[in-house]
Amino acid sequence: MKSLLLLLAPGLLCAQPAKDTCIECHSAMDGPIQKPALLIKEDIHFANGLSCADCHGGDRTSDDPSVAMSKAKGFVGKPSRQAIPQFCAKCHSSPDYMRRFRPQQRVDQLDLYKTSVHGKLLARGDGNVATCVDCHSVHDIRAVKDATAPVYPLHIPDTCGRCHADAQKMAKYGIPTDQLAQYHTSVHWDALKNGDLSAPTCVSCHGNHGAKPPQVESVAAVCGSCHVLFQQLYEKSPHEPVFSGAGGGGGCIVCHSNHGIHEPSTAMLVGPQAVCSQCHDPSTPGANAAVEIAGWMNTLDASLKHSDAVLGTAERDGMEVSDAQAQLADGREDLVKARLAMHSFHPEEMHQPIEAGMSIAGETLRAGEAALKEKNYRRFGLAVSVLFIAITVVAIFLVIRRLEANGSGYLAAPPKD
Amino acid sequence: MITPKIAQWLDDRLGLSAIRELAAHKTVPVHSATRWYYFGGITLFLFGVQIITGTLLMFYYRPTVAEGFDSVRFIVTRVEFGWLIRSIHSWSANLMIFAAFVHMFSVVFTHAYRPPREVTWASGIVLLGLLLGFGFSGYLLPWNQISYFATKVGTDVASITPVIGPTIARVLRGGSDVGAPTLTRFFALHVMVLPMLTAGLLALHVVLVQKNGMSTPPWISPSHVRQMKFFPNFFLREVMVWYGALAVLGGLAAIFPWELGVKANPFASAPTGIRPEWYFLAQFYTLKLIPSHVWVFEGELLGMAGFGLLAVVWALIPVWGVNRAGQARMRLVTGAGIFLAAYLAIFTVLGYFK
Repeated sequence: MKSLLLLLAPGLLCAQPAKDTCIECHSAMDGPIQKPALLIKEDIHFANGLSCADCHGGDRTSDDPSVAMSKAKGFVGKPSRQAIPQFCAKCHSSPDYMRRFRPQQRVDQLDLYKTSVHGKLLARGDGNVATCVDCHSVHDIRAVKDATAPVYPLHIPDTCGRCHADAQKMAKYGIPTDQLAQYHTSVHWDALKNGDLSAPTCVSCHGNHGAKPPQVESVAAVCGSCHVLFQQLYEKSPHEPVFSGAGGGGGCIVCHSNHGIHEPSTAMLVGPQAVCSQCHDPSTPGANAAVEIAGWMNTLDASLKHSDAVLGTAERDGMEVSDAQAQLADGREDLVKARLAMHSFHPEEMHQPIEAGMSIAGETLRAGEAALKEKNYRRFGLAVSVLFIAITVVAIFLVIRRLEANGSGYLAAPPKD
Repeated sequence: MITPKIAQWLDDRLGLSAIRELAAHKTVPVHSATRWYYFGGITLFLFGVQIITGTLLMFYYRPTVAEGFDSVRFIVTRVEFGWLIRSIHSWSANLMIFAAFVHMFSVVFTHAYRPPREVTWASGIVLLGLLLGFGFSGYLLPWNQISYFATKVGTDVASITPVIGPTIARVLRGGSDVGAPTLTRFFALHVMVLPMLTAGLLALHVVLVQKNGMSTPPWISPSHVRQMKFFPNFFLREVMVWYGALAVLGGLAAIFPWELGVKANPFASAPTGIRPEWYFLAQFYTLKLIPSHVWVFEGELLGMAGFGLLAVVWALIPVWGVNRAGQARMRLVTGAGIFLAAYLAIFTVLGYFK
């Protein structure tokens, strides 16, 4: 009998309860106390067969409020802010319980939360910090993959920014509030807003439940979780000991910034916005290397663009240059490889991709020029052909005139019909 | 140099004197509408160009999904003058269909469908249908993105034909969707089935033109019409026109080489603004305008039924366009011709720009 009940349990849990006096009564009330009963219709828990009593306790089958909300029936009411993480963790930290609904769901959120800045401050009695409901909402909690959820990737920056961009809220913590504004200028936000949901948001670098700022020594590892090859080269570079660890410079963010990461370009190497010149004085080997590297990359970039323009012209003239255009894509890849190799900060590492890219730029340029030459050859061929055709037509015309000079070739006979 | 002896020998066996006799006596009426006679010859000339260039393309083309596109790219990039052959084939196909339409409307407006030319008219209408079949089947062969999705749309439209539609679509595609079997079937249709049918019907059409002679418009009194000898007078003029067509073809091929596009990817989403070749645009645009449901009928079904009915009515012009005395009902037929020509022209332009 017991095993039969266990087998039926998931089905029973998923089935909508026949009677739910919590929702019935609260729906009929006015004011804030009505709101949860209305919001819960959109809640992921409700969609999975759970209701008010599964979190707040009590007896939802009783019409008598004193029974339905009696402590004897386990009613706990509204938890305090300090109690919220534990309140949610009753289920979310239980592998056995969560397995019934989402077997693949992690159950370490509370443990992670306790390691976060939010969790530590909450433990110290700071009730202003974020708890589960501040990010996930309450009573209308939605799945992460739900596009309307506050934790849907596209909405995460704004969800974090609700507090972290609020100067008043952050004043007592002494931390800046321009992260969201900076993030909105970054390449990561560009990718995210253009539909790339894998683009980094706040939680990609800071963690979600265990959110905290990456320490200086771990910045490269955080960036390297996506930019793997860049991290590998950087760790072998002469900059690593200076920017990371004991050097305390900040790793990748020394050059690229953190929240407002912009499209990298050679302007970072030379010129008024150069980041190299912030450390390397002009004419020092480091500054000279930056100039040299920028020169290589600018030359390759310009060569590839020139080839692209020539091929584009040929294509617009109707020439078939798709092979060269495909080859040009390899050249662009070499430019990317060169940009990658630059992070070793050993210029000789860039020779191979730069030379390969320049070779492709040259070959594709020749292909484009050959196509344009071929186009001119075709036009010339056309002109010659048309000339010969015209001569032939004139000759035929003259033959006809000669044939019909005395009116021959015409008959006055009536047609058949 | 054929000596008289050899000529006699050939004449005894092939009856060449009969052909010489025919050529010597064949005449062409000379009047204000004589110039329209050239369009039949132009269509024939362009069909010849298609046969020659198509044969050359077959030397290199491989009708498989894996190799189709690449073989066409090989033709236009690597084969000596391959670009010219392919471009001429594509342009000539379009000009041939255009010339065939002009020829058809010239026959209507000069009322050349009158007895005894009913069969000539009917064979011409079927030939036009075959030329459209050439266009539809040939469009897929380069296996590029546009042609792939246009063929999907085209076969989808065919599938809504009542009763036989799904079977037609399935037979054409060789399955439930456009794929490898479709390409081989379209290739077989394009290079074997349609050419054989066209060759037979074209022979009939030309023989009938020879047998019945060139028609004179009914508003011109036969007693006032001069006749020009077909050979060499008219024939030389026709050769001049063919040379002109050849120059136009060469110009189009050299200045506007036919685009190759990108290889078909059945898993990609359909390119935006997908539309068929220009000669199907009027029907395509009409189907787009018809609401999805008209009373109890599906809009597309109704549209297809309308096109079918229109084609049958058009093909039957020699029946309803001629009175019992065998004379053309000129106002009626000219009006219908103007209406159809205007419909095709306007809807083709609208279909192209919208």
